[in-house]
Amino acid sequence: MTENSDMAIRGPREVSSEARARTSWGGNHVQAEDRAHASNAILHPQAPLQATAEPYTAEQLTQLNADIDAIIARYPVKRSALLPMLHLIQSVDGYVTGRGVRLCAERLELTDAEVSGVATFYTQYKRHPNGDYTIGVCTNTLCAVMGGDLIFERLSEHLGIGHDETTEDGKITLERVECNAACDYAPVVMANWEFFDQQTPESTVQLADDLRAGKDVAPTRGAAKVCTFKHIERVLAGFPDGRADEGVGAGEQSLEGLRLAHQNDWRAPGDEGGPLSEEAHQNTATTDETGGPLPGHPHSSAERQED
Amino acid sequence: MSTTLTPVLTKQWDDPRSWTLETYRRGGGYQALAKALGSDPAALIEEVKNSGLRGRGGAGFPTGMKWSFLPKPDGGPRYLVVNADESEPGTCKDIPLMMAAPHTLVEGVAITSYAIGCHHAFIYLRGEVVHVYRRLMNAVQEAYDAGLLGKDIQGTGFDLDITVHAGAGAYECGEETALLDSLEGRRGQPRLKPPFPAVEGLYARPTVVNNVESIASVPSIIAQGADWFSSMGTEKSKGYGIFSLSGHVTRPGQYEAPLGITLRELLDMAGGIRDGHELKFWTPGGSSTPIFTSEHLDVPLDFDSVAAAGSMLGTRALQMFDETTSVVHAVARWIDFYAHESCGKCTPCREGTYWMKQIMTRLEHGKGTAEDIDTLLDVCDNIFGRSFCALGDAATAPVTSGIEHFREEFELGTHTPWWEAFPPANSALFPVTQKEAASV
Repeated sequence: MTENSDMAIRGPREVSSEARARTSWGGNHVQAEDRAHASNAILHPQAPLQATAEPYTAEQLTQLNADIDAIIARYPVKRSALLPMLHLIQSVDGYVTGRGVRLCAERLELTDAEVSGVATFYTQYKRHPNGDYTIGVCTNTLCAVMGGDLIFERLSEHLGIGHDETTEDGKITLERVECNAACDYAPVVMANWEFFDQQTPESTVQLADDLRAGKDVAPTRGAAKVCTFKHIERVLAGFPDGRADEGVGAGEQSLEGLRLAHQNDWRAPGDEGGPLSEEAHQNTATTDETGGPLPGHPHSSAERQED
Repeated sequence: MSTTLTPVLTKQWDDPRSWTLETYRRGGGYQALAKALGSDPAALIEEVKNSGLRGRGGAGFPTGMKWSFLPKPDGGPRYLVVNADESEPGTCKDIPLMMAAPHTLVEGVAITSYAIGCHHAFIYLRGEVVHVYRRLMNAVQEAYDAGLLGKDIQGTGFDLDITVHAGAGAYECGEETALLDSLEGRRGQPRLKPPFPAVEGLYARPTVVNNVESIASVPSIIAQGADWFSSMGTEKSKGYGIFSLSGHVTRPGQYEAPLGITLRELLDMAGGIRDGHELKFWTPGGSSTPIFTSEHLDVPLDFDSVAAAGSMLGTRALQMFDETTSVVHAVARWIDFYAHESCGKCTPCREGTYWMKQIMTRLEHGKGTAEDIDTLLDVCDNIFGRSFCALGDAATAPVTSGIEHFREEFELGTHTPWWEAFPPANSALFPVTQKEAASV
């Protein structure tokens, strides 16, 4: 069967440029005022899925099929494997390709349309080649008000790209992300789904520059360094990368209540203290046995000032 | 101060290697599982019922009762699915819990599975938190290696497998039936109820779906008893819970306290609103709960008191905004969110959020019409109670409560852009240079 029977028959660039031409939100054509306030601008524009011209090599197929076997084995019903399988496709192709959709459909005995229907529902599945690093600025209300809008605006200007666009060198994809469950660390930025807490426009621009320059960058809470998009997608397919022991257990904000409880000797009923309480005053976030990142590194809260 | 903090779930979070099995066991971890495996499953369900534990994912349904709704065993599989798709704007308790202390959840899953007769449990984690996924997979593997999961656990004959599943970005998957569809490899859209998941859930089999914090609370209840748990909290909202303070507060963070604590008490602990500013509005439990103002500082944060005051306890996501914040802008951004996340299955939500987004955008730009407020309320009236799941209802909460408490700001939206009335540089938590301020 040929790729051409799939959902798209044009090459990535062609579709991409057409998509931009068709819509007013593409590229840098959005008015500055609209970008700043994200009001008229479409926050989450959608692009079509694309085919890929090249079939998988025999070697790629062998590995993919072995991984898919392992994923399917986790579930009582094999269709449950589809979400992790799409992550797996992205770990190889860098986005959800037509050939990836076809492979998933074949393995799960679904139609291409059924797989595409799932792939287009979820925001983490990318419809065109993704950069090595996705930088997602939270612009949901809390983070936006705390400075997320200003961060996105500055980074967008610095990189010369808008939401869901990638720098020409293929390094950085910029996104607006929705609430990522770290509101006490606002404003929050995610880099390949690792947490960068309490960001500023300056720290985020530095983060992007460092990632583009190929430097190792440590998240505030996460692995010792930000891994590539494809690497992370393999983890999300359920294949551990051995980095679980890196980084802190909890960040500073996560420990605010516990710290206060220790200071005041507040305990739950029946908690007589004991070994745990003695350790209480050793705040993990200031020690790090694993070589993981420490709070206060350049991409953390160093530049933040309390008002 | 009458109420004090009660660290239970958060107790070990400051340990240097809090996420490991070794640390968890040092704090007494998995003793509750050993106790549970020596008990009658029905007695465990009864214990959790008696504790008064209500669902910590927002709805507050009694957890033990949810378990007891499963039909009698018919020899086929029964499932436990943990909802770890924490995505409600403002909510940030489950993610730090699973990053810092994943074994609390794993032990809770094991006990609950034993209680309800489940041999394959799932933890459905949102996909946008890769390090939390690493920690969960690692914790489950550690538990297998220690004989706490797998075949014939601790020689009791009880078998349990846990699969940790990463989603792929969709708020709607936090709705329990949408979550089940997603876990089955489909688009995350809600199902018609009934049948409820207890009867036909995952793969159309009897299924319990519970929030992370609910399940993580189970080991402490089994270890220390229903009476211990219910000695905390209020008459109808028993126990402790994690309160997540965020926004314009001096020390944002996680504060674990008995239900019924007030925001005034929590703010005292957190150093108050940031220096030189005052509280304008806040959400008691995420963006889906109607906003409160400084008039509500003394509302006890329990399910019934918050409901009586016109909102919902939700996920105890206390997002605080000071006087520099535009209500119209805040509400508009939430509506952007709901419009983006509406799954498209039902018309009132799909179309209603789309319409509200356009109206809110006009109001943000100071280009609203005299009819816009009435139109918004009319649209809300046509969404609320008429959509397939709670997402539609939720989308109306910020609009109706925003208009109720701050109608004058919506009226301002007929002639003045929000950024002129409330310059965003004043709200940011970092200093904004003149150049940046000018570009906004």
